Amino acid sequence: MELKPAIELRNITKTFGSVVANKNVNLTVNYAEILSILGENGSGKTTLMNMISGIYYPDEGQISINGEEVVISSPKDAFNYKIGMIHQHFKLVDVFSATENIILGLKGKGRYNPKDAAIKIKEISDKYGFEIDPSKKIHEMSVSEKQTVEIIKVLYRGADILILDEPTAVLTPQETQKLFAILRKMKEDGKAIIIITHKLHEVLSLSDRVAVLRKGEYIGTVNTTATSETELTEMMVGKKISLNINRSEPIGAEDRLVVNDLECINREGVKILDDISFTAKAGEILGIAGIAGSGQRELLEAIAGLQKVQFGEIIYNDPKTGKSENLKDKTPLQIRELGVRLSFVPEDRLGMGLVGNMDIIDNMMLRSYRKGKSIFLERKSPKDLAQHIIEDLEVVTPGATTPVRRLSGGNVQKVLVGREIAASPTVLMAAYPVRGLDINSSYTIYNLLNAQKEKGVAVIFVGEDLDVLIELCDRIMVIGGGRVTGIVDGRNVTKEEIGLLMTKSHGGEQND
Amino acid sequence: MTETRIKQAHEPLIRITKRDNMGLKKSAIVYAVGIFAALIFSSLLIILVTGLKPTEIFKAMYEGVIGTPVANMGINKKYVEAIHAAAILLCISLAVTPAFKMKFWNIGAEGQVLVGCLASAYCMLEFGGKMDNTVLLIVMLLTSILFGMLWALLPAICKALWNTNETLFTLMMNYVAMTLVSYFIMVKDRSGRSDLGILNERTGYGYLPELFGRSYYFNILIVTVVTVLMFIYLKYSKQGYEISVVGESENTARYIGINVKRVIMRTVAISGAICGLVGFMIVAGDKHSIKSAIVGGQGFTAIMVSWMSKFNPIIMIPVSMLIIFLNIGSKYATSAFRVDNSIGDILTAIVIFSIIACEFFIRYKVNFRKTKRRAGK
Repeated sequence: MELKPAIELRNITKTFGSVVANKNVNLTVNYAEILSILGENGSGKTTLMNMISGIYYPDEGQISINGEEVVISSPKDAFNYKIGMIHQHFKLVDVFSATENIILGLKGKGRYNPKDAAIKIKEISDKYGFEIDPSKKIHEMSVSEKQTVEIIKVLYRGADILILDEPTAVLTPQETQKLFAILRKMKEDGKAIIIITHKLHEVLSLSDRVAVLRKGEYIGTVNTTATSETELTEMMVGKKISLNINRSEPIGAEDRLVVNDLECINREGVKILDDISFTAKAGEILGIAGIAGSGQRELLEAIAGLQKVQFGEIIYNDPKTGKSENLKDKTPLQIRELGVRLSFVPEDRLGMGLVGNMDIIDNMMLRSYRKGKSIFLERKSPKDLAQHIIEDLEVVTPGATTPVRRLSGGNVQKVLVGREIAASPTVLMAAYPVRGLDINSSYTIYNLLNAQKEKGVAVIFVGEDLDVLIELCDRIMVIGGGRVTGIVDGRNVTKEEIGLLMTKSHGGEQND
Repeated sequence: MTETRIKQAHEPLIRITKRDNMGLKKSAIVYAVGIFAALIFSSLLIILVTGLKPTEIFKAMYEGVIGTPVANMGINKKYVEAIHAAAILLCISLAVTPAFKMKFWNIGAEGQVLVGCLASAYCMLEFGGKMDNTVLLIVMLLTSILFGMLWALLPAICKALWNTNETLFTLMMNYVAMTLVSYFIMVKDRSGRSDLGILNERTGYGYLPELFGRSYYFNILIVTVVTVLMFIYLKYSKQGYEISVVGESENTARYIGINVKRVIMRTVAISGAICGLVGFMIVAGDKHSIKSAIVGGQGFTAIMVSWMSKFNPIIMIPVSMLIIFLNIGSKYATSAFRVDNSIGDILTAIVIFSIIACEFFIRYKVNFRKTKRRAGK
């Protein structure tokens, strides 16, 4: 089949202040082709796509569409050139139906006609194999249904060039497979598809060609059939790295944290955790898997004393005194005063774990500033700790007095995890600790968690990448809709089995 | 088809991009240019609107603040008056700062200062002559601080317990304070006047003593101490650190075990207490009188001073001086040349606006279109 170029980028450069987000990027996407853009976080993938979709304007370089040089200075321009972008964060109106969202903002001739629109949506769905109920409201939809609406929205507007920004980050393995089948059909239909991702196996199974970016620079494009995971990683990171996680056998696993029949109701009065029981053992990593928003955050916050518990108990067995304490209804300060060494790396790093506008030293102080009777702050030991973490974890920062919000995602996380580990915990909870991190930083975090496990810490790890959960964790607890749907052995379980457990209670609830 | 494409094919005329941190030297230049531009702009305005010579107006403004050295021998009265006025504004700005740093939008400083004034005035009238003057001053000081604190604490308690809106609440408390003062005046003097004149004029009960021969100096000294203490409190104390954490992120504060409600109430109480102190200074060290407009809107101006200084007590010193000097100078100049007082307000606004505009140019860079391509031809 003859290749017809859809978009060509020539020498695209974009800078933000002194930060070079893209430097001399050259890229061609053909019709009837799936191109993956691979790169670590901060490599400029999203910036590049935002320039194609008219959100940013390049400092230098040209963009051509169908061989003609064009200027895309607004999302409307992009739409006129038949470019459609599916963002990582959905841009849908919750209380509207799928149809209403799809035709929202369209300047068509004639009257507002949702019936005709519904027919057209049906046609598109049948053509590519989408499963959708056009009259269903967005807030009743699962994440994957919402994504379907976003994709149909751009197709409805006649897009021939589709850009998907990390579309699989929020999907279960089964949903991912469905999405890929649809994307392949679109490709057969002659559409040009760009997919941004950092999951290597997806790149290999789905795309025809892969373009790799590293720190804003264009490294090269390779044909998927002629490459391997190791080669792609090397292009992405710039050096060879090992992609294995060591998993040691747990030793002397005594029960550290025992949760019984936990029940929580959130602010809206919805039961968010129901009848949760599990045990976290010393010297093992307990993984928690589940679709985003199934109660993972509330569970960890309930243990940390940040979420009100309606019912149940949280028993902590102190390794030093041998005493047991119930942490239910205790504030974070009371928990600490009991001598419970509980460290918590929350999901919202800059909104909860750290203060973005404060520097690294002041963020170190968050845990320790109360020490001593003086009314004044003691900045010497936090300063030492900051220096220590910067050196040990190779935090890239201009200095210890740089506000943490200026650091990249991986370095922010190193600061946070470093501080929580420095408190020498007996229980370490981490919620999505590698979300948004590049490969190197992710492996640093895995190694830190493993080191804590070997020290006898009970590690609780909430993750979204099932491959990682299976490789890293000793046991994996799956939760769906606020209930435990299964606790499995991390050593002999498959991704598909976990995927099924993830949707189990979800489907069951809908039948109720 | 192709024609429409070419029409769209032009770079946007102006694009705004974020800048890296600008050096101190460069930002000083930006400020210098900004103030120069403000002078030019206000000169044009003066010529167009009043037909007077701008230099004369500026000279009059300068004289209004500094005073003519020939007219006054020895200590220059005007000069000290201006500094004193700036000190009062500075102190209210310091008072609102901890609450603002905590993102508690206290716009009730006006009322908090006013109840402080009321408390002092009440004590002057009730206890004047019944106790030693030093004791009276201490009683006045303490009741003023107590009232200012209570006035601020009421909205803070409601905010902490029931999450009420502190902006509306503190604003309304201003009017309650004003009405209370009017009521007090009415009870004391049934003739229907809006103020009670000079209190204890003959006896001087409850007047702050003179320092180096001037009563203003006592107030200036108090404000100097408050400034230093506030700077240390915010930057080096544990409580100051807690204020910053609560202000930046309540979630982080809860996460590390800070009792957010307690911090809110404690901080706002401090805010109100300093406002009460200002009330005491106004009555005992300056006006020796009471009326509902005695604070003169400075409780609101202080909010601007605090924000323009980015909550830094040291920067607040020049900022409050600038605002007061502009204010006094323009008032003097407009009355000297018999033009409407609003002109003075406009001049003040132009200067403040340029300073804020400088901030924008320090943070962002404006890019103009590089290549000029004719559209459609």
